[in-house]
Amino acid sequence: MRKPFAITLDPGSSLANHTGTWRTLRPEYVDRLPPCNAACPAGENIQGWLWHAECGDYEAAWRLLTEQNPLPATMGRVCYNPCESACNRGALDEAVGINSIERFLGDEAIKRGWQFEKNELNGKRVLVVGAGPTGLSAAYHLARLGHQVQVREAGPLAGGMMRFGIPKYRLPRDVLDAEIARILALGIELKLNAKVTNLLEEKKNGNFDAVFLGVGAHIGKRAYIPAGTSMRMLDAVSVLRSMEGEAPPLLGRRVVVYGGGNTALDVARTAKRLGATESIIVYRRTREKMPAHDFELEEALQEGVMVKWLSTIKQAGESSILVEKMRLDATGFPQPTGEYETLETDSVVLALGQDVDLGLLDGVPGLEVKDGSVQIGANMMTGHPGVFAGGDMVPGERTVTVAVGHGKKAARHIDAWLRATAYEKKPSGEPASFDRLNPWYYSDAPKIVRPQLDLIRRQSTFDEVVGGLGERNALFEARRCLSCGNCFECDNCYGVCPDNAVIKRGPGKRYEFNYDYCKGCGLCAAECPCGAIRMVPEAL
Amino acid sequence: MTFQPVKFYQTGTFTVGNRLLPAETRSVQANMRRTNSLNSGHRACQGCGEALGARYAIDAAMHATENRLIAANATGCLEVFSTPYPETSWQIPWIHSLFGNAAAVATGIAAALKVKGRSDVRVIAQGGDGGTTDIGFACLSGMFERNDDVLYICYDNEAYMNTGVQRSSATPPAARTATTTLGNSFNQGKNLPWIAMAHGIPYVATATIAELRDLEAKVERAMHVRGARYLHIFVSCPLGWGHPADQSIRIARLAKETGLFPVFEAEHGEVTSVSKIRKKLPVTDYLKPQRRFAHLFSPEVRTDLIARIQEGADRNVRKFGLIEN
Repeated sequence: MRKPFAITLDPGSSLANHTGTWRTLRPEYVDRLPPCNAACPAGENIQGWLWHAECGDYEAAWRLLTEQNPLPATMGRVCYNPCESACNRGALDEAVGINSIERFLGDEAIKRGWQFEKNELNGKRVLVVGAGPTGLSAAYHLARLGHQVQVREAGPLAGGMMRFGIPKYRLPRDVLDAEIARILALGIELKLNAKVTNLLEEKKNGNFDAVFLGVGAHIGKRAYIPAGTSMRMLDAVSVLRSMEGEAPPLLGRRVVVYGGGNTALDVARTAKRLGATESIIVYRRTREKMPAHDFELEEALQEGVMVKWLSTIKQAGESSILVEKMRLDATGFPQPTGEYETLETDSVVLALGQDVDLGLLDGVPGLEVKDGSVQIGANMMTGHPGVFAGGDMVPGERTVTVAVGHGKKAARHIDAWLRATAYEKKPSGEPASFDRLNPWYYSDAPKIVRPQLDLIRRQSTFDEVVGGLGERNALFEARRCLSCGNCFECDNCYGVCPDNAVIKRGPGKRYEFNYDYCKGCGLCAAECPCGAIRMVPEAL
Repeated sequence: MTFQPVKFYQTGTFTVGNRLLPAETRSVQANMRRTNSLNSGHRACQGCGEALGARYAIDAAMHATENRLIAANATGCLEVFSTPYPETSWQIPWIHSLFGNAAAVATGIAAALKVKGRSDVRVIAQGGDGGTTDIGFACLSGMFERNDDVLYICYDNEAYMNTGVQRSSATPPAARTATTTLGNSFNQGKNLPWIAMAHGIPYVATATIAELRDLEAKVERAMHVRGARYLHIFVSCPLGWGHPADQSIRIARLAKETGLFPVFEAEHGEVTSVSKIRKKLPVTDYLKPQRRFAHLFSPEVRTDLIARIQEGADRNVRKFGLIEN
């Protein structure tokens, strides 16, 4: 071809110029560990299931959620949501209502009859002792791993503290029943009223390859209070348990509850609903020092429960108790003041914590018990090989969520132990802290607050206090998620690259870098809303 | 009561794309088959705001005209980094003539298309602030006055960057350049969008690279109007302004959020809409990260000069009503 004057080269594309050679920093996609996931005692992939919920694919969300936790409708009611306390959105406006979305998913699953997928049996047999949250969780995970599971429960119904400890107004029993039934539908054998007394014999007779213990802590702690003959002294666990029986406990019109934990509040609120005109909590320290969760205290106060702060019970008379005023010393410990006051009451309920019934462990060699709890190793195994334990009977925080987490963790270790291997936890990414985010990109949106039952009905019935979210509100709430540290395909990196060096691979497939042209400017990393790109020095 | 559906999409339209939005409301840049009018391999610096702004604008124009588009380019960074002989990064019909005559060249192309009866093919002229506010100003004013059917896009990076950061009439007060080593003086300035509006042309708009949706909407709107149109895009320059390459978009965002660069639209000389400030910030937030303003903060803090810059920003806020009441 004849070229114009002074032109000797054919025109070419700039694609011949590989500007990637300029790069000193290299962008990389990463998955960081979101704070919610890090905080979840049950190890849920919260950011992951919210991703599905954001799209309105609630079944996929529920399936991902239940890979870790088989009780979402229960969790969405009784979990104290450490995820929300850790949520990065809290630094922006308010934490995402993870708990209410979890409840929505759980209720949706019950409504639509979603079931778990069964796994082929692998021939191993595991005995689970106790059908509380930790036992059910262990049984569920073991069954999904292909083990044949038998659950032994001493009580007349499954659920443990979820049934015999948590009042109905917080966890309606039809919800609990539905979630337990779905777990049992995996082919788990449940034996009720079948207390295990000799563990090793049961293990041998039943041909079990491993045992998981989750018997909980059901014995109410007592305190020494000199008492007259006629004062009704009860313990909180028995009171709450008898709520599930035929006859509600007789507490009288004036009830005093001694203690400052969540159980104390549960009893005080239950007493109110049973018709007590006065339901008074006596607690030796202050509101700030109370171990109970503040929102529960707030709800109790709304319902008319009264609290005597900085008080201890010195003596119980015929129809009254003697209360001594306390003061906090410099270390925050309550000290007696010598000032007394008399409180009229018909009964006193002690809510001072619970002990573990360790009777079934008699004669099991190697087992170590310290401070009333069974000691376990990092793999949840007790000192006796093949016997694992979790939940309230081992040291740690005593909540339903922690118990569920224990059950899961133990199940994975039992599975590995039965295969004569060790379970290796998949390493999680670096934490996705708030400073990794570019929060400018998120829409402003206040949290959706769950509806609450009428106060009058809360004081007189056991109807559920906190309502659930509707579909639209749950979707809104899910979309408040910042997706910390995990790509949610917002196309920002693909858009902001001045060099077209980001390749979009299509919906659900994320992106990749074209290192031939990436100059390493870092715009993608700076403008990634969720901090899913990091810049690393290029090896020169 | 009428039913009001809850519409909330996590990041709304702040991000480039959003998988939760209906497909028809997604941006051109989010499309896997966008034109990439300014392709990879160009020699712009790392984090170049102008390269980004040009691709945003021309891709959107290509989308709006169904790929029937011709662009004339003034001399400047954009021309130099995209077309070193014999390579080109442009994937559209593109012509470069002189520094000062992009508007005139585009006028000629538009006239030729008219003669040929090709009303479907649209014309764009583009250049930097030097080629627009200084050297090409006469040709541009003529184009406005004759109402030629051209969209002129100015990528404003506030100095002559290609030749080594010399002051232009778009350089802001107090900014240090190679020719204003003590900081630019507080002159009258030369507000080109305002001058374009004074010509009464059908459409004038400003935009920044920090707000893609807004920028794309304005290009789309401009391509559906006949006659002379002017789009002024604020593009940051990491090298010339002295900020890290990864801060280009943030700086542009700060220019808008402080009120220093008002983002608005005008038709026939009348402001028709403004993009509100989401969260008003003091001008120091914008000035501090840029080395060209470093002398305002050290060795001593020049509160007097900063106050004058703040006054200018506040004036913009009042003039355009940039804050939601």
